[in-house]
Amino acid sequence: MLEFLTVQSLNGLVYSMVLFLLALGLSLTFGLLRVVNLAHGAFFLMGAYFGTTVWGLTHSFWAAVVIAPLGAALMGGLLEKLWLQRFYVRDELDQVILTFGFALVFSDLMKVLWGKDIRGFPTPSAFSGAVEIANISFPSYRLLLILVGVALFVITWLAIERTRIGALIRASVADRVMVSGLGFDIRLLFTIVFAFGTGIAGLAGVLGAPIMGIYPGLDFEVLITTLIVVVVGGLGSIAGAFWASLLIGMAETFGKALVPEVASFIIFALMAGVLLIRAWGRDEEEVE
Amino acid sequence: MEQPIISLRDVNTYYGESHILQSVSLDVFRGEVVSLLGRNGVGKTTTLQTILGVPSPRSGEIRFKGEIISGIKTSDIVRRGLGWVPQGHRIFPTLSVSENLTLAASRARPGSWTLPKIYDYFPRLQERRNARGDALSGGEQQMLAIARALVQNPDMFLMDEPSEGLSPRLVQEVGDLIKDLNRQGVSILLVEQNLHFALDMADRVLIMNKGAIVFQGKPEQIRTNPLLCGQLLGVSMGKEPRSGLVN
Repeated sequence: MLEFLTVQSLNGLVYSMVLFLLALGLSLTFGLLRVVNLAHGAFFLMGAYFGTTVWGLTHSFWAAVVIAPLGAALMGGLLEKLWLQRFYVRDELDQVILTFGFALVFSDLMKVLWGKDIRGFPTPSAFSGAVEIANISFPSYRLLLILVGVALFVITWLAIERTRIGALIRASVADRVMVSGLGFDIRLLFTIVFAFGTGIAGLAGVLGAPIMGIYPGLDFEVLITTLIVVVVGGLGSIAGAFWASLLIGMAETFGKALVPEVASFIIFALMAGVLLIRAWGRDEEEVE
Repeated sequence: MEQPIISLRDVNTYYGESHILQSVSLDVFRGEVVSLLGRNGVGKTTTLQTILGVPSPRSGEIRFKGEIISGIKTSDIVRRGLGWVPQGHRIFPTLSVSENLTLAASRARPGSWTLPKIYDYFPRLQERRNARGDALSGGEQQMLAIARALVQNPDMFLMDEPSEGLSPRLVQEVGDLIKDLNRQGVSILLVEQNLHFALDMADRVLIMNKGAIVFQGKPEQIRTNPLLCGQLLGVSMGKEPRSGLVN
C-alpha cells in the first residue's frame, strides 16, 4: 500500500511538472498579451517531433533538448510577429479563432511531416537507471523531470519578481499603454514572451516524450488539460499555475490508478469546483 | 516669434465613429506653461493622448521640436523628449516605487535628472522606495507619476490633472514643483479642472469646448471675464480657493 502511494505520488509529480511547463507558457502569454493561445498544445507536440528529428541526426538527447525548444520558440515568435500582432486590435473571439486555426494547421502539418505512427523517444543514457526511494526503485529520468519543473518554477518566478525585464513584464501586464508612454516598444516584449512560452511548451514536449510517447492528437490532449490547469491556477499567475499543475496532475494520476472509469471526469469536476469557490470570493488576477 | 516646441494643426481624432477632436490647432512655446481648460468630456485628455499617439489623429499634423510626430509609435514619440503624467497617475501597482522609477530611468534620455537626484528631490519617495505602487497614498502616487516622467529628462511635460484628488496642501506642493521645473526650462502643457490652480501655473490659457479650441489668452483675461467662466468652464469665480473644481 505504501509502495503504491509512493510510486503514484512520484508519477503524479512527474506528470504535474510536465503540465506546469505547459501551463507556465500559456499563463504568462495570457497575462501579458491577453490572448488565449489554443495552438499551445501544438508547440508541445512540435517540440517532441523536432526532438525526434534532432535525435535522428545527432543521436544526442541533449542536442534535442536544446534545439527542439529553440525551434518551437522560433515558430512561436514568427506566429506572434506575423499574425497575432495584427489581431491585438480585434476582439478576443477573432484572436481565439486565429490561434485555433493555427492549432489545426500545425496538427495537419505535423502529420504530413512526421507521419501518424506513435513514436518513442529514448531516455538519455546518463538517466536510464533507477534510484532507490523509500524501498522502491524509481527511474532517475523521471526524477530529473521533477527537478527541471521545480527549477523552472523558481527561476521564472525570480525572473519576474526580481529582474528589470520582469518588472517590465509586470508593468505591461498592469498597463501596457503607460509602458509605451515611458518609451518602451512593447511589441518586441510581446514577441519575446510568446516565443518563451511556446519554447517552454516545446521543452515540455521533448522532455515528456520518453515517458508519454509522441503521436498525432497529443497536442489537443495536453491543450485541454493545460487549459484546465490555467483556469484553476488563475490566468496570468505563475505561482497559481504551479500549484494548479500539482493539483490536477496528482488528481489525474491517482484517479487513473484508483477509479479509471471516472478518471477523466475528475479534473473537470475539480475545475468546476474551483470556479464555483472562486465565484464566491476574489477574481483578481496578476502575474506573480 | 520663435518656433513652438509643440504645434498641432487641424488635428482630428476619432474614437470609433465619434469625432472627438475637431480641427484642433495649438502651440506651446519653449519654456511656457500652457493650461488647457474646459468642462468634462470636451477633449482635453484626448488632446494630450493624441499628441502621444494613443490614438493617432485621423488627420492633421503634430510637430514636436519641428519634426512631425503624428502617426509614429507612442514609444518613439515619448523618446523624442515628452514626459507624460497621465490622469489618475497610472502607477504600476505591482511594482515598488524604486522599480517604477528604475524602469522609467532605463529608458531615459541623457540629462541632469538621475535616480539619486530624484530621490534627493522627492525625499518621501526615498522613504517609500520599497512600497508597492498600490500601497501609496494619492499624493505619493502623484509625486511618483511626476518623478517617473522627470527621470526621463523630457523637454516637455504633458500633465493631465496633477491636482486631482489631492489635499490643498499637496496641490500647493505640486504647484511649487511645476513652477520649479518650469524655471529649469521645461515646457508644460497642463490639463486641469482646478481653475485657480491652472490659472496660477499658466503663462497662457486655452479653453476647449466640444472638441475644439474656443479661447486663447492670458490667465488675467479669464479671471476678469465671468462670461467665459460661466459658459465654457461651468464655474463662477468665487472667493473660496477651490471653487474651480468643475463637477
